[in-house]
Amino acid sequence: MAIVSRGFHGRRQSSEHRLPPGQYEVTDFPVLSAGPTPRVSRDVWEFTVVTETGDRHSWNWRQLLALPSERPVVDLHCVTKWSKFDTTWQGVSMDTLLGDVETAAEYALVHSYGGYTTNLPLADLLDGKAWIAYGYGGADLPPEHGGPARLLVPHLYLWKSAKWVRGIQLLMQDEPGFWESAGYHDYGDPWREQRYQGD
Amino acid sequence: MTEPFGDEPGITYDDGEYEDGNALAGPLSDLFTVDVTTAEGRCTGCGAVGPIARLRVYGPAPGLVARCPDCGQVVLRLVRSTDEAWLDLRGTVSLRIRLGE
Amino acid sequence: MARAAIPGRLGERLRWRVATLVGQRAETPAARTLVFDVPGWPGHLAGQHVDVRLTAEDGYSTQRSYSIASAPDGDRVELTVQEVEDGEVSSYLTNGVLDGDRLELRGPVGGWFVWEPAQPEPVLLVAGGSGIVPLMAMIRSRRQTGAEAPFRLLYSVRTPQDRMYLEELRTPDPGLDVTFLYTREAPEGWARRPGRLTGPDLAAVAWPAAAGPTTYVCGPTGFVEHTADLLVALGQDPDRIRTERFGPTGG
Repeated sequence: MAIVSRGFHGRRQSSEHRLPPGQYEVTDFPVLSAGPTPRVSRDVWEFTVVTETGDRHSWNWRQLLALPSERPVVDLHCVTKWSKFDTTWQGVSMDTLLGDVETAAEYALVHSYGGYTTNLPLADLLDGKAWIAYGYGGADLPPEHGGPARLLVPHLYLWKSAKWVRGIQLLMQDEPGFWESAGYHDYGDPWREQRYQGD
Repeated sequence: MTEPFGDEPGITYDDGEYEDGNALAGPLSDLFTVDVTTAEGRCTGCGAVGPIARLRVYGPAPGLVARCPDCGQVVLRLVRSTDEAWLDLRGTVSLRIRLGE
Repeated sequence: MARAAIPGRLGERLRWRVATLVGQRAETPAARTLVFDVPGWPGHLAGQHVDVRLTAEDGYSTQRSYSIASAPDGDRVELTVQEVEDGEVSSYLTNGVLDGDRLELRGPVGGWFVWEPAQPEPVLLVAGGSGIVPLMAMIRSRRQTGAEAPFRLLYSVRTPQDRMYLEELRTPDPGLDVTFLYTREAPEGWARRPGRLTGPDLAAVAWPAAAGPTTYVCGPTGFVEHTADLLVALGQDPDRIRTERFGPTGG
C-alpha cells in the first residue's frame, strides 16, 4: 500500500480519457493469431521462469492454481486499434511468481507454446501490472484467447499479453520477440501510440 | 536465439483460420514488381521446397504470417505501418523468383 | 567491458521501500541534496538510479527517476534534485520537504551506467549540468574504497553558481583532476571564453585511447550526443563510452 507524502499535491491531467489515441471501442473480443491454435493439456502444462544465470523456477497446473489469485478488471488495447473496456480476469500476479527469483536482469522475453515470443522490460511485469491469467469473464480462458493460460499485461498493447504462455526468460539485454523483430515497437505503450519501431 | 524451454510436450494444434499464399499477392505487389507467389523458397525448418502460393497465411493483423505447410515454421512475415513495410524472410534460405513472362 | 549489477531477489529489488528524509542541503540556488534513511536498502553501485514515488492524500500518485549521488552507505541514500520549471515533483522536493517526511523509493536501477572500484583503467567523466550527480557517486565511491584508477572530470555548467558539490570538487581527491567549463558566464579572469563544449575542450582532458580508458557522459540528451560525437571524432573507442541521458523530467 502506497504511503502518502505529506505536503505533496501534484498536478492532475484531466481524467476519464480511457481510449488511447487512434483506438476505437469494441464490445466483442476479436481473435487474432499468427498461426494455428495450440491445444495444451493441463496435464503437461508448465510455466517456467529462467534467469540469466540459468536458474529455473517452474509451476505445473496444480501448483499455479494453488497460488493466491486475483480478479483484475482491466481495459485491453490491441495494436490493430480496437479497445475493450472492463474485461474481467482471474489469475496469479507476476509479483507472486517472481518475488523469490534471484536476478540482476532488466529485460524479459516471454515464450508461448507454438513458438510466439514477445519482449518487455522486467519492471513492466511487476508492481501489480501483470498476471498469468487462466480465467476470463468468469469462466476458464478458452484456447482461442490464449487458454489454458496467458500473460496479461494490460498497460501495453495486447500483443505483449502472450497467449498460451509457457515461460519467461530473464535477460540482461533486450531481445526482440516475434512481432518486435518484424516492425512492431519494443515497448508498446498505447498512450504514446508506440505501435511500430521508431514511433 | 536459444530455446530455453526445450521441445514442446506432446500438444496438438488446431489449424486455425488460414489462407494460402495467394493471399500474399496483393500485399507483396507493393514491394515487388513481379508476382512472387510463384517464387520458390526452401523452408529453413524442414527443407521443404515450394512456391509461396503453397504457404499457409495467417493474419492479416497484426501482420501477415506465412508458414510452411509441412512443418508449420514461419517462413515469411509482412507488417505494414502507414509509411513502411517490414518483410522478414528468415524462414527461407532464399527465394527463386521468375522474372518477366 | 563486463556489465555490472547487483543481483538479488526480484521481490526485493523492484519493490517500493519507505524512505524518510533525515537531512538536506543546498548545492546551488536550484538544486538540493536530500538525505534519506531507507531501512533494508540492498546497496547500490555508483551510477545507478532510483525511482521515487509520491502519493497525495487523494490517492494521486506520480513517479520520477533520480540518480543516486552518494557512495553506498548502509541504509543511507542521497539524491540531488534539480528544480525544473513547472516540475510538480522537483518543486516539492526542492522546496516542500521537511525532515521526517516520507516518500517511496525503488531500486537500485541500472546495470550499464555504473563504475565499480575494481575497474583499473583511467576514467573520464563528462557532466552536463545536473548530469554531475551519478558521476559524483563514482567519485565518492572511488574515495570511499581508496581505488587508485586515475579520474578526470570535465564539468560543464552555465555559470559558476550552478556548480554542485563545489566544496568537494574545489579540493579534489588525489588522482582526481577537475576542470570546470562555463557555457554562459565565466568567473572574472577565466581564460576560456564562455561557450558550448568543443573538441579541443575534450582533447585537453581525454586519456589517450591506447590507455583503454572508460568514459562516462551524463546530462541532457543534446549535450550527451554532442559530447559522444566529439569523443569519437577524437579517436576514442565508442565501445568504451557510456552515456546516460536525462529527459525533460530532469532525472
